[in-house]
Amino acid sequence: MMKEKLEEIRESVENALKNAADTDTLEEARIRFLGKKGELTSVLKGMGQLSAEERPKIGALANEIREKTEKEIEKRKQQIIAAAEETKLKTETVDVTMPGKLRKTGKLHPLTQTMNDIKDIFMGMGFSIADGPEVEYDYYNFEALNIPKNHPARDTQDTFYIEDNIVLRTQTSPMQVRVMEKTKPPIRIIAPGRVYRSDTVDATHSPVFHQIEGLVVDKGVTMADLKGTLAAMAKSLYGEDTRVRFRPHHFPFTEPSAEMDVSCFVCGGEGCPVCKGEGWIEILGCGMVHPKVLANCDIDPEIYSGFAFGIGLERIAMKKYDIDDLRLFFENDNRFLNQF
Amino acid sequence: MSWLSDYTDVDGITPKEYADRITMSGSKVEGVEDIGKDISNVVAGKVLTCAAHPDSDHLHVCTVDTGSGESLQIVCGAPNVKAGQIVPVALIGATLPGGVKIKKGKLRGVESNGMICSSEELGISNARLGYEAEYGILVLPEDTALGTDIKDIFGLNDAVVEFEITSNRPDCFSVIGLARETAATFKKPFAVPANKISESGADINSALSVTVEDKDKCLRYCSRLVRNVKIGPSPAWMRQRLEDCGIRPINNIVDITNYVLLEYGQPMHAFDLRDLNGSAIIVRCAEDGEKIMTLDEQEHTLTHDDLVISDKKGAVALAGVMGGANSEIKDDTTDVAFESATFDAASVRLTAQRCQIRTESSARFEKGLDYNNTVAAIERACALVSEFGCGDVAPGMIDIIGNVKNPKPIPFRPDKINAFLGTDVPESDMVSILEKLEVVVDKDKMLLMPPSFRPDLVAEADIAEEIARFYGYDIIPTTLLSGETTCGIKNADQKAEDKINEVLTAQGFSEIYTYTFVSPSIFDKLNIPADSPLRNTVRIKNPLGEDTSVMRTTTAASTLEVLARNINYRNENVRMFETAKVFIPTEAGKLPEEPVIISLGMYGKCDFFDLKGACEAVFAALGTPNVSYSAVTDNPTYHPGRCAEIFAGKTKIGIIGQTAPSVGRNFGIDVPCYIGELNFDKIMKFSSCEKKYHALPKFPSVDRDFSILIAKETPVAAIENIMKKTAGKLLESLTLADVYEGERIESTKKSVMYKAKFRASDRSLTGAEADNLHDKIVRILENDLDAKLR
Repeated sequence: MMKEKLEEIRESVENALKNAADTDTLEEARIRFLGKKGELTSVLKGMGQLSAEERPKIGALANEIREKTEKEIEKRKQQIIAAAEETKLKTETVDVTMPGKLRKTGKLHPLTQTMNDIKDIFMGMGFSIADGPEVEYDYYNFEALNIPKNHPARDTQDTFYIEDNIVLRTQTSPMQVRVMEKTKPPIRIIAPGRVYRSDTVDATHSPVFHQIEGLVVDKGVTMADLKGTLAAMAKSLYGEDTRVRFRPHHFPFTEPSAEMDVSCFVCGGEGCPVCKGEGWIEILGCGMVHPKVLANCDIDPEIYSGFAFGIGLERIAMKKYDIDDLRLFFENDNRFLNQF
Repeated sequence: MSWLSDYTDVDGITPKEYADRITMSGSKVEGVEDIGKDISNVVAGKVLTCAAHPDSDHLHVCTVDTGSGESLQIVCGAPNVKAGQIVPVALIGATLPGGVKIKKGKLRGVESNGMICSSEELGISNARLGYEAEYGILVLPEDTALGTDIKDIFGLNDAVVEFEITSNRPDCFSVIGLARETAATFKKPFAVPANKISESGADINSALSVTVEDKDKCLRYCSRLVRNVKIGPSPAWMRQRLEDCGIRPINNIVDITNYVLLEYGQPMHAFDLRDLNGSAIIVRCAEDGEKIMTLDEQEHTLTHDDLVISDKKGAVALAGVMGGANSEIKDDTTDVAFESATFDAASVRLTAQRCQIRTESSARFEKGLDYNNTVAAIERACALVSEFGCGDVAPGMIDIIGNVKNPKPIPFRPDKINAFLGTDVPESDMVSILEKLEVVVDKDKMLLMPPSFRPDLVAEADIAEEIARFYGYDIIPTTLLSGETTCGIKNADQKAEDKINEVLTAQGFSEIYTYTFVSPSIFDKLNIPADSPLRNTVRIKNPLGEDTSVMRTTTAASTLEVLARNINYRNENVRMFETAKVFIPTEAGKLPEEPVIISLGMYGKCDFFDLKGACEAVFAALGTPNVSYSAVTDNPTYHPGRCAEIFAGKTKIGIIGQTAPSVGRNFGIDVPCYIGELNFDKIMKFSSCEKKYHALPKFPSVDRDFSILIAKETPVAAIENIMKKTAGKLLESLTLADVYEGERIESTKKSVMYKAKFRASDRSLTGAEADNLHDKIVRILENDLDAKLR
């Protein structure tokens, strides 16, 4: 009798599970069969009435059915959850071609970005960074740099005067003197900053622009070191294939003096409109620190030597980003700034 | 280029190669122009026959022999064409200036195999010809060989090289100077031909006296006399060279002075002896207020600092700058006094500046000329007069030498030079380079004596440059720095600037660069009171214009101008910042202070608290402690209800706010703008970017909300202060969750909700403790601020 009952239960479990579509129905089924008052439980409760012979047999069968039922319920439960999740995921589909959400950040000015590149290059070579006044004594801007009053070089520099002895610095070179007065060799610094010349504004001129001065003073610094250091900079800035050439030039505060050209980064030296057919683009002026300038700073030129250079930041940035009008840097149009 | 051949050898060097190599030895070539590049296949030909065209009343049918043996039939429209003339013939395939190409053709049925050219068609000026070309074709001299290239006849087979000469090399402002550089660069011989003068008549001293009063400003004065001058055109070769160098040929005497100027770099002047009152030349300083009319017919009022050439009556030339109109060479001039002098560079420069004249002459004197060049130059001028037969050179020369400085010997230490350059140039190579440059090498004393035309050679470094130039800058090896290593690190300020850049760009601010000089009108535009110290500015004496005449003391105007421009460009939601200087005057003769200001500006979807948030981000990044904000109602640049001064402790470190609407209008802005200025230098005094680790909490926190009703005008800072003070260390964080004003509460009140997180570092805080704290805080808020719990 009992055995039949159990077999019946086994069958109804199968049916109930088959028909359970969600976890609630499944729970109902569990209670119906396995709950305290459940069908299987009541069968087990009635075990006491069985003969000693029958009891183990029926007991084993009942247990088997219970275990199986538990397993089946669990199995079915996982199936239902998985199916529900699958359905849910389907409803959550997004259009991946819609635009991403981004938090809009601002941009550093292209001149700052270029300046940072150059700073990184020189810091890697052991240079530190110096800063100095933009309103400067005539002495530092000219006199100490071997440009006495009435020197023709003053003509070409179109200086803004504040007082007879005070100017808006026309170059970052006064930083050479300021650094040498304060620091004893070995010196390796760059000094980036604003400089002023009374040029009217056009596509290639601005009364305010930026230079990066460099200065190295130590025992035994040679012109070969100057060439090596600046060539290394050019390669870092414009790529390993960049060639440089040093042309003799004149600056009152360096001797020998040179201008450095780099092979045109557009045509690689073949000649093109960017380099005006020359294959070379001038990027900086440099030279060995003039012994008089060293002496002006109480550094003995018989013991120490050094080199200095001045880089025009705008020029480098214009070439780097292909910018054809200097005025864009100071106009600060957001559409321009956001490109970098 | 052919001019250089007078002194050195440039045969076989193409203009391109010449330009490349001379650039690398220090004489930078700016450009090379091939003068006759537009003309080809134009040769001298003889008109054999010339007959009227059968079908035209002005055309001629000519046969022309160009030396090739066969005669060409050419139709010519010029009225002056005649049989027997030698003329320029453009052959089939010839090119002419202006892109004209000659093709075989028919003119009214008659075949024409070329063109007979006018000077205009060949681009040859009257100055180059030396006479006014007659209307029609150009007629060449009868002895011109048939078939000669027209470019050879008119010196068009040459290239003009333009140099950029640096200010230290006055000697290179001359063909001879550049020829010397050329010879040293290409390792060719160099020599200046001797001047041959035939003299006649009475000695110059019988006809002219020269007195130099100021021997500091006039370092040397040479004069020679030419009598019986026949003014006329100078020979073709000279006219061509002058014209190729951009100087208009005028007449033989003037051309000679200009030619010598170009050739020797020595400015020359020619006076008409008739006009020299008392036959005297006096070199003196001008009287204050003395007047002179120069050759360009401008009158100048002089000062005692100006040097003039004078006769017994008055000034006849502005020394080294320009001659006077009263003594210039005229067509009927017969006796000429040549001047070849050296004037002090600074004196000429100042006079030229004061009178606002810059001439070829003053430009050269300003660089400092060699006083030893005057004699050679005046001799050359006289030799040219003799050569042209355009006057009788009188014997003798007046030569007065002033207070000149002679070059000093420089020690010659080849090892030191090699050590300086990082090279290994043998001493003998150094010597031969220097000797090419006319530096005298004394090998016994190891001394170098530079020539007087090289005032730039004064020290060993100057000699090193000469060696380097001709050894080759490109041959000097490239090495990296050796010696003691140095540390390339940024200091605290530089690191802080990087942080500011990082933080502000992350907040959506883009960096701008503005001019540091501004218009004095910005102070009015910013509503800055008349007595404000901000109006005390550093002024530029010689500004480009009023708009850029003072150094800024505030960055507000610069920021607003940029915002206004962006509004004009219809850029939406703009946020900008700049880290740059303002300039605060100190005392006369001293440099101003240059504090660095972080300027902020924004408009669009933003309000006061976006700006404040950006500042808070900056202070958090820099580690600025004890920052507080206090309302400012009376700063006329700002909105009276939306402006705050920022303090670190008790020090004011900045100001932020919405601009007053009137200020906005002054800058053409009609939308709300928020701007701020933070003083970087002051912030850095209090800040420390150094960070320390704080142990993470071991015990749980307890959250409590405070919902408080309080008078509208009470700042939330007052609530926060009480909470912080009362809870002390137990208060971990405090967040303002909501502020409500409106219908649901009394109109004079606002509802403020704070979320507080309490935590003890040494135990689990109980709910009861948190409740106690909450109640205690509420009681104090009720007592002190008349607040009510909602």
